Amino acid sequence: MTQVNLEVRAISGHAGPVPGTGLKREFEVCKLIDTTTCIGCKACEVACLEWNGYSFSETVFDNSYQTMPNTAWNYWNLIRFNEYEDPQHGMMLLMRKDQCMHCDDPGCLEACPADGAIVQYVNGIVDFQQENCIGCGYCMTGCPFNIPKFSPGARKVFKCTLCVDRVSAGLEPACIKSCPTGCLHFGTKEDMKFLAEKRAKQLRDVSGFKDAGVYDPSGVNGTHVIYVLHDAKNPELYGGLPSDPHVPWTVQLWKKPLKWLGNLAMIGGVLGVAIHYLRFGPKDEGLEQKPTPPPAPRQEPGPGARQ
Amino acid sequence: MSESYVVPQGEVLRYTFEERFIHWMAGLSYLYLLLTGLAFWSPWLFWIAVIFGGGTISRELHPWIGLIFAVAVALMYRMWSTQMHETDVDKKWWDAIPHYIRNEDDQVPTVGRFNGGQKLLFWGFFWCCILLFLSGLILWFPHWIPWNLRFLRYIAVIVHPGAALISIGLFIIHVYMGTAMEEGALASMIRGYVSSAWAKRYHGIWYDQVTRGNATRK
Repeated sequence: MTQVNLEVRAISGHAGPVPGTGLKREFEVCKLIDTTTCIGCKACEVACLEWNGYSFSETVFDNSYQTMPNTAWNYWNLIRFNEYEDPQHGMMLLMRKDQCMHCDDPGCLEACPADGAIVQYVNGIVDFQQENCIGCGYCMTGCPFNIPKFSPGARKVFKCTLCVDRVSAGLEPACIKSCPTGCLHFGTKEDMKFLAEKRAKQLRDVSGFKDAGVYDPSGVNGTHVIYVLHDAKNPELYGGLPSDPHVPWTVQLWKKPLKWLGNLAMIGGVLGVAIHYLRFGPKDEGLEQKPTPPPAPRQEPGPGARQ
Repeated sequence: MSESYVVPQGEVLRYTFEERFIHWMAGLSYLYLLLTGLAFWSPWLFWIAVIFGGGTISRELHPWIGLIFAVAVALMYRMWSTQMHETDVDKKWWDAIPHYIRNEDDQVPTVGRFNGGQKLLFWGFFWCCILLFLSGLILWFPHWIPWNLRFLRYIAVIVHPGAALISIGLFIIHVYMGTAMEEGALASMIRGYVSSAWAKRYHGIWYDQVTRGNATRK
């Protein structure tokens, strides 16, 4: 879906419509994660490592089912495990597959100063191009989900690609492929939204989760990874999923108003001094009437002379 | 500290070797920081990073050169801060600033070693450097700032360019005055001397102090 589109639009001397017209409805892709049917098996973690060629990192035990505390530059996909005592449903094991959300308004891309280091495809995938990355880490500050991670060895930043290499070849992402419960789905954004809303309605009407809903935050203009949550009013329960993610306002302030204000100020400053020079010229004209020889040296106290 | 220097006839030593060395240590490191910083500031200026060896090298070196700049400013603080307090003469100098700008220097009161503008420049650069240094440390190692302290990164990304812009404003005026507007100023920062006429005219109080021999700092 990311490749050059060679779909035929018109054919000369052809009887009838162009074959294939209207078949493709939408270009935007989406991953749907139904947290209510995730069993935390971590097959997606393994599939992600396998496909992307990373070896399994040492796990960290912190008295929970979670493999390690956080995603890493070479560990893009992590099940976040949370025990939660729900007043209505009692003990709940909340599991959320954490990875890049592929925001429609990506903070990483907005913050990045390196030409071509981050691209957003028309299909919604946000992809890092490490050959253009300068390793400044601004993307880490721009991201509201704590996803991009710095590799000290490569001195570049890495994250989930939504398996752009697979998707561009017409395959679903590796994590989707591996999921045994079917809690992971992949398709067009429209279809995934439809499926997610249907499942959320089922949870509300049948399963008694009155606050069940879909997580597709509008603060970043929607994401290309969406969740079905038992309790969409409290996404923070699911290992710190922000309830209203935004590109940090200081990043927006820096990249928009400050940039223009700064550019104007710098150009204005240079123009200002140039105009001053044209209007008033240098100060010391005619001042330099140095006495001519002999240049007999003499002793003088230094300028910083103190008592 | 009363150093003695051999000074050519009709000239006065304005900047010692130590002062000139530290000034250029700050000046050259600032120039590198300014140019690579501008490359990261705007995609339209990213080509500057290419000149300095590419974006990756520029990003690697920018913080290290920043340390050199910070050290130079710290040395300047040690060297000059006691001479940079505003005096009554400076207040009168500021009152006459329109005359100073219009080069009507006979209507500007003569001052000590540094005039009010130079003192403002010093303190402006000093505080900008503090802000740039602190925010720069955070931007140097963003991956060391834990997620729950991310507000530090959010502050740093706005403070660093903000302080840089203020310093650029000071820098433009400083470079213009030092090279084009004040003849002899650039030479004084390179060789150290100014003509006695220049010193009498702009820094008469200081000139009297150094030529009297038993100079007292003002």
